Formats: sequence, structure tokens, C-alpha cells
Amino acid sequence: MKIVLLWSDVLVFLLVLSLCLFFYKLRQDPQIRQRWSQVFASRLGMVTFTVIATYVAVALLDSMHFRRALDAPPGLAAQEVFYDNKVTSVLDIMLDGMGERFERTYSAPFALRSFEKQNMKDERGRDIRDFPALRHAGTHLAQADDKWPDVARKSARALLWGLLLSALWLAPQWLLLRGSPRPWRASWAVQAAVLCAAVWLVSISRHYHVLGTDLGGADVAYQSIKGVRTGVLLGTLATLIMLPIAVTLGVMAGYFKGWVDDLVQYLYTTLSSIPGILLIAASVLLFQVYIDLNPDFFSIGMEKADARFIALCFILGVTSWSTLCRLIRAETLKISQLGYVQAAHAFGVSHLRILGRHILPNVVHIILITFVLDFSALVLAEAVLSYIGVGIDPSMGSWGNMINGARSELSREPAVWWTLSGAFIFMFVLVLAANLFSDLVRDAFDPRTSTRRSPL
Amino acid sequence: MFAYIVRRLLYAIPILVGVNLLTFLLFFVVNSPDDMAVSQLGEKYVTPAAIQAWKEKNGYDKPLFVNAQAAGAATLTDTIFFTKSVRLFAFDFGRSESGRDITTDVSTRMWPSLAVALPTFAVGIWVNICVALMVVMFHATRLDRWAVFGFVALMSISYLFYIIGGQYLVAKSWKLVPISGFHGGAQAWKFLLLPVLVGVVAGIGSGARWYRTLFLEEANQDYVRTARAKGASEISILFGHILPNALIPILTGVVVLIPSLFMGSLLIESFFGIPGLGSYMLDAIRSQDFAIVRSMVFIGSILYIVGLILTDISYTWADPRIRLN
Repeated sequence: MKIVLLWSDVLVFLLVLSLCLFFYKLRQDPQIRQRWSQVFASRLGMVTFTVIATYVAVALLDSMHFRRALDAPPGLAAQEVFYDNKVTSVLDIMLDGMGERFERTYSAPFALRSFEKQNMKDERGRDIRDFPALRHAGTHLAQADDKWPDVARKSARALLWGLLLSALWLAPQWLLLRGSPRPWRASWAVQAAVLCAAVWLVSISRHYHVLGTDLGGADVAYQSIKGVRTGVLLGTLATLIMLPIAVTLGVMAGYFKGWVDDLVQYLYTTLSSIPGILLIAASVLLFQVYIDLNPDFFSIGMEKADARFIALCFILGVTSWSTLCRLIRAETLKISQLGYVQAAHAFGVSHLRILGRHILPNVVHIILITFVLDFSALVLAEAVLSYIGVGIDPSMGSWGNMINGARSELSREPAVWWTLSGAFIFMFVLVLAANLFSDLVRDAFDPRTSTRRSPL
Repeated sequence: MFAYIVRRLLYAIPILVGVNLLTFLLFFVVNSPDDMAVSQLGEKYVTPAAIQAWKEKNGYDKPLFVNAQAAGAATLTDTIFFTKSVRLFAFDFGRSESGRDITTDVSTRMWPSLAVALPTFAVGIWVNICVALMVVMFHATRLDRWAVFGFVALMSISYLFYIIGGQYLVAKSWKLVPISGFHGGAQAWKFLLLPVLVGVVAGIGSGARWYRTLFLEEANQDYVRTARAKGASEISILFGHILPNALIPILTGVVVLIPSLFMGSLLIESFFGIPGLGSYMLDAIRSQDFAIVRSMVFIGSILYIVGLILTDISYTWADPRIRLN
């Protein structure tokens, strides 16, 4: 086994580390603690946070990559170890080979036979044209009629195991948190549901394709889960790249005023007057040309896809800082007029210290709200960009690529709906949770709305 | 007022120059004409002679900024920067990489884009305001709460699914309208119905939610309380006081979008096969036709700046307290 560290893996673990540090530091501020407890005082806040945390956990598991060692070929000395060209992640192991059960082409959810007819021989050797049996679905069944009773039996067993696992997982939480005033029950319910669903999916997937297979015969449920990492990483990394630019320029423009302000305003007006999608498309195309001309930089295909992915995050970040910059500039303009900043000036405190001690902490809430709000917008944007052809590399699983590959399949007769619905469900749940959570965060942190409680 | 507009137009010039420089840097400095030639010609035919021929054919064989070999003013004009970027200011877009005249293409493709975008825009605003008003009427009840949840849920669905779902339901299952295509003249409505419907439905989530907050902001004002104290009915408060006052932020918020309607919608046009500017851009992006992308970036920024100026004007028109000077 050889561990593979892709650039996006490094970035995402750094991101999680810095977020943890950030929140640990924020906890010391009593005002911010009170606002967070307002977010988590509602059941909705607990549920949406748990859902988002689940997605992030899946993304992190899928970011631990390695290459399997291959068995030494017979006759060769076993001194040198060869590694598989395919990169595996911890999530793949946990899904128990779900991604390795390929069929020939489309098959419906829980189907035993392929979606398309094929020439084959019957038992007497004559040429016939029929739907061939799937390689990895229901091979243990004696006859096709046993399918649904078998599914029900296996589901019941999986559900029992899932409940047992949830009980083990939730017991320590219950012991620790049962006296807490926060509505932890809502979170536990979601955790139990997620665990049961995961156990069910993995155990049923051994015998059936729960969401069918796509054009290339890959399991749709597996692909949808692989899309989680792409969506979560894109949503967070792009914002992370945008933050330093927007915050630095915005704070400087609002604090120093004069020509600095003029320059920053000019920069963001220019940038925001270019149609965003064209700017992104042009940048991605240019980077694609660069990758095509320098193929030697990347040793395995995955690294190439990863480079393109990081470039996409980078481009999305660089092209989208103008909104946040504008907000921070306005807020800084307001704050730098306040008495305590004037007083700090009078005491001769240096500019750097005033910015760090007095201004930055007071714009943190804007950064936080933007971070959460942009997340769902970026996840949605990924699908559109992949459709246009400037998104994620097709070799890297993503919901946008799934939609793009299946968009015309609804017009077939009978319609192939399962590829789209797989991407739809996973994407919808994540974006909905993020949107609802961001509403709560905004209500708690935005001074304009914090007095007026939102109905949700 | 007039002086203000002139000043805003003058202020637009440095921004357009900035846009121009940025696109120039992106297209010619980061990515040299040789790289472009290689990607355009495909891998098979890349020889130095072929690259040179391609560059000559498309006018990329000149120096970037300063042509030292030419004499007089031509040192600056006979360069890629002048012929490809500065000429855009005279609305001379030149030819696409496939040899078509971009100005003609843009002026013919503008109309189908408008035919879809204008009705979507107008009907969308009307529907959003109606939905938001209905929700505001039931403010702080369970219905209101579920409506907001519904808006957020609608917002969380990707635009692609609205289009795919609309095509599947309306055009394929119910067979009410053609799935895609476009036809000018009297038959046009058949082809426009579904794109407009999809555009309106897809916009309800975010639109109605935004209008609802605007209406609620007005509903918390003192004059509303006064009207209620004087015994005005809820209906007359809603339509007589809240709606007219909330129209000001709505108006100024949507005016900025009007010029960009010319650009059309990338997704709607490509899915429904409408020959507008949106699908034009998409085709250019897919065939890596940088000449078209460059021109569209320029047109898009002009329209955006016009939108900003119109917004300022609409402020003074809608709210007499604001004066521009």
C-alpha cells in the first residue's frame, strides 16, 4: 500500500484544521458563543448541521487516498513492489467494493437484467436477442420471482444491524450530553437515520444495484457518493481562496481610503462587470490548454484531474471576491469612524495593530455569513459549469458530470431516470441543508436581522 | 442629472479599458497565440509551418504591444493589442475563428434571446410579487413558515433539473409543446412557452423570498402601524401602503438586470435549441473560439455598466428624495 497525497487532499485537511482552530478561538468570545448557541438552540439548526457534518465526513474519508500494492507477477523476483494505477480511498473500502461491480450498460434500480437487448446464445446454441442477466445483481437467487422477498429479508437484517450500530455510536453521546439544554435528540435521530441508511446501502449493494447503473455500467449510488467529495471541496476551497483577497483588499480600502480605496473599487467594479460565467469559462479553457501542452507534470491520471479541480477552485475564488470585498469595505468605513478606533489613533497605535485588534474582529460576522451562503451557491454552480464543459474533469466523479451524462436519457423510451435522481437527491439534500443553516447563521450573526427573529 | 450621466459614462471608460486589458492578458499573454494555434489545429497537424499559417490567417502574427519594425503610428497600431482589443471600442468585433462576422451574428442572434428573456423577466417579477404578497398576508402563521421553507427548497434545486424536468413533463409526457427548437413569426409562441415557464418557475424560490423580506421590511414601518391604528383594512394596507413603497427597492433591484437580458440565458437557450446569444457563447466556449468569447465579454461589461447607470436614474425617478449630483 502506498499513500497518495493529492493537492486537494492536503488543502482540505489544512482547511479542516484551520476551521477547527478558528472556531476554538472564536469560542473564547462570549458574544460569538451566545450567537452560536442561538443557531443550535433550534432543532432545525441541529438537524441541518448534522447533515452537513455527515457530508463533510464522507468527503474527508474520500480524501484519504492510497494505491494498492499489486501481487508480484509470477516468475519475477518479489523485491520490487508494483502499485495499482487506480487510486483507492478509505471510503471505497468502507463501501465494500461497491465501485468495482460494473455491468455492461444501463440497468434499472434492483433490476436483474440489463436495460438493453444484446445478441446471445440460448441453451441450445441458437442466436437470440434478449436482455442479458446482470453480472453482479441477484446472482444468488434461484429464480427471478424471489427477488422482492429476498430484498425485504436483507433490508430487515440490514436495518437491525444499522440500529445496533447506531445504538453503539449514540450511547457515549447520550451519556455525555443528556443534560444539555440543546436539542441533541434531533441530531441523534439524523445520525441514526444516516447510519441505518449507510448499513442498508452497503449490504444491499452487495447483491443489487440500488440506484441502477449508468451508460458505462457503473453503480449510480456509488457515483453519487463519490460526488460528495467534489461538491464539498469545491464549495469550501473556492471560498477559502477568495477570503484572503477579499478581506485584505476590503479592509485596506475601507481603512486607508484615498487612492487605495479608488484602486480597490476600480478593481472590483472591473471584475464584476465581466459576465462571471464567461470569465470562468475562459480561465478554465486557458488552463486546460496549459495542461494539454505540459502532460509530463502529472504522473497518474488522477493528478491531472486533481490539478484541473484545484484550478477550478482557484478560478472560482479569484473571480468571486468582489461581493464580499464590497461588503467588508462598507463595514470597515463605518467602523473606522467609531470612537474606539479614533481613540486608538490618538494613542498612536500602529495601523497594523488597529486593523488586527479593532477592525478585523468586527467584520468576522460578514466573512462567516458569506462562507456559509456561498457554499450552496458553489455546489449548484459546479453542476452548471460541468454541463458547459468547463467544470470538473470527467474522470473525477461529480454530480455535474452525472447530470451532464444523463440529461438526454429521459427522452428514451422507457426513460432512464435513475442516474439523474441519484445526483438530484444527494445534491438537493446538501444544498437544502446548507441553505437552511445559512439562514440561521445569518439571523444569528447579522446585526440588522438579529433583533427580528426569522420565522424559520 | 445630465452632467451626472455624462460623468458616469466617462467613468465607464477606465473600467472598459480595464476589462479589455484583463481579457487581453488572459487570451494573449498567459496563453500565447502559438498555444491557441496548437489547440485549434488539433494534435495531428502541428508543424511550425502550420502554426505560422494559422497565425497569419487569423492575424495573430504580429507583436503583442510594440511593433518595432513598422514606422510612425504603425508601431502601436500594427500589433495584436491594437487590432484585437482596441478595435472593440469601435464595436468592430472582427471575425470569429471560423471566419464568420461576429457583429452580424450578434445582431441577428440578439432577437431570439430577447424573445425568451423579456417575457421570462416580466412574468417572473409579476408571479414573484403575487406569491410574496400572498405569503405576507399570512405573516407569522404556520402557512408563512412552510412557504419560506418551500422557497428555500425551490432554491436548492439546480437550474438543470428545472429544465430537464420541464422538458420531460410538459413536452414529453403531456406533449403540449415541442421539446426544443425555435421558429420566428406567428409560430414562435409555441416554442417560447416552455422556456419561459421553466425560467419563471426556477426563479420563484429566490425571487419570492427576496420580495417577501422587502415587503416585511415595509410592514414594520411606522406608517403601517398608523394606518392599522386608524382602522384601515389589512387588504388596503397591503395594496395601498406596503406594495407601492416596496416597489421602490424592487424596481431599483431589477433595473440592473434589464440590459443583460440581451445576453440571454446560457442554459435555457442551449437546452431548448434557441439560436440566441446564450447558445452562441456556449458554442464558442465549447469550440474554444476565443474571438467570440472576447467580444461577448466586452459586450457583457458594457451592458452591465449601462445597467448600473440605469439603476441610479431609476432611484431618482422612483424616490424623489434622492438627487444625483
